[in-house]
Amino acid sequence: MRSLIFKEIDELIFGSLGIIIFISFFIGGVVTIQTALNLNSPLIPKSLIGFATRQSVILEFAPTFTSIIMAGKVGSYITSSIGTMKVTEQIDALEVMGVNSLNYLVFPKIIAMLMYPFAVAIAMYIGILGGWIAGAFGGYAPSGEFVKGLQLDFIPFHVTYAFIKTVVFAFVIATIPSFHGFYMKGGALEVGKASTTSFVWTSVVIIILNYILTQLLLG
Amino acid sequence: MIQVENVHKSFGDAHVLKGITTQFEQGKTNLVIGQSGSGKTVFLKCLLGLFEPEQGTITYNGQVYSELTINQRRDLRQEMGMVFQGSALFDSMTVEGNVMFPLEMFTKQTKAEMKDRVDFVLERVNLVDAHQKFPSEISGGMKKRVAIARAIVMNPKYLFCDEPNSGLDPKTAILIDNLIQEITKEYNITTVINTHDMNSVMEIGEKIIFLKNGFKEWEGTNKEIFKTDNEAVTNFVYSSELFKKVRQMYIEERN
Repeated sequence: MRSLIFKEIDELIFGSLGIIIFISFFIGGVVTIQTALNLNSPLIPKSLIGFATRQSVILEFAPTFTSIIMAGKVGSYITSSIGTMKVTEQIDALEVMGVNSLNYLVFPKIIAMLMYPFAVAIAMYIGILGGWIAGAFGGYAPSGEFVKGLQLDFIPFHVTYAFIKTVVFAFVIATIPSFHGFYMKGGALEVGKASTTSFVWTSVVIIILNYILTQLLLG
Repeated sequence: MIQVENVHKSFGDAHVLKGITTQFEQGKTNLVIGQSGSGKTVFLKCLLGLFEPEQGTITYNGQVYSELTINQRRDLRQEMGMVFQGSALFDSMTVEGNVMFPLEMFTKQTKAEMKDRVDFVLERVNLVDAHQKFPSEISGGMKKRVAIARAIVMNPKYLFCDEPNSGLDPKTAILIDNLIQEITKEYNITTVINTHDMNSVMEIGEKIIFLKNGFKEWEGTNKEIFKTDNEAVTNFVYSSELFKKVRQMYIEERN
């Protein structure tokens, strides 16, 4: 079981770091540019750009946006891999051998996804770094002002809130696609349909839970 | 020995198995034959414990399956080997990984002991050079042999095969049939094979049950099946021109 969990961590988390870093970097940059372009009053300090970038990235973009991306990348992988095992009778083969197939296939994925907050922490860091680079090198906010804004009115609970959301989303990303793969019927075409359906449902559940958790934790 | 007593199985309104009673003896190749949709696969899945019959009992060497606890059922399943129609090999594992899988899951053997056992069973099914190949890299016949090797690696008491030679050329199909029969004799296993291949019936059918529309229509041996007057069986057996000619010759000889 331990080797299975490590394999899943490698597939689901480390295998996704590239896309997470890439997206976070540019999203951070875009948030900075858009904030800067909308704060054009001379009365508003430039440090607010850094503040807005930090808040946007930590509260929303890193946990929620990354989770939607993961629902597509990891969710599709989970549904299609389990679904293919289903249609090729590999799950029946496990059951006949006396292996609890749900435990063997799904449990390691849930445990592996407990590492997901580390990926989101990296997304937060890279997002803010992207924002700083876009702001400082694009001429939207001086580096010192941006960093000052990053440190402005920092509430540590916002990071806790983001990680609470991340853990809940990790569970959703591991379980909903597993369900769609495990209980699908049909052939290769249905595996594709199940992947699409699982992405849609995972995204919908993430969006709804995002609203509920925000209301509960920050409202 | 497996004893089946009045087994019924339905899916919604579809009554698939209608009171099947039979027994499968140890050390024999028992065949379940019938047309597509006759209930063969559902029957095999009931024997494997993948489907629970609504009525009736299935007894494995005195153990009634429906009376076993979850752990006892799991233990019993470890005494079963299954060769699926499509082989059902784990495509992310090598041939060696596939065959070693049950040993890794259920035994405390060392890696070297497992390797020895895997080498032994792969040699037994005449596969000596394919250890590190993936299922996608081997032929259909080789896949079946790997599936047989995986099924027997735990020394099972029961071996189930769902159309083991479907999709294979006639020569390879006969090789697979003979291999299953040899293994059945060698390890004194209770083997149940689902098939609609008449070559298999002739070659290895020591006991045959014929299913039609969920009922057990006929039961006998491969010698008896060609002499029976049961219309459903003769329609099935003599559906090919070759077997029609064989029957004609038999009738002429008898007269």
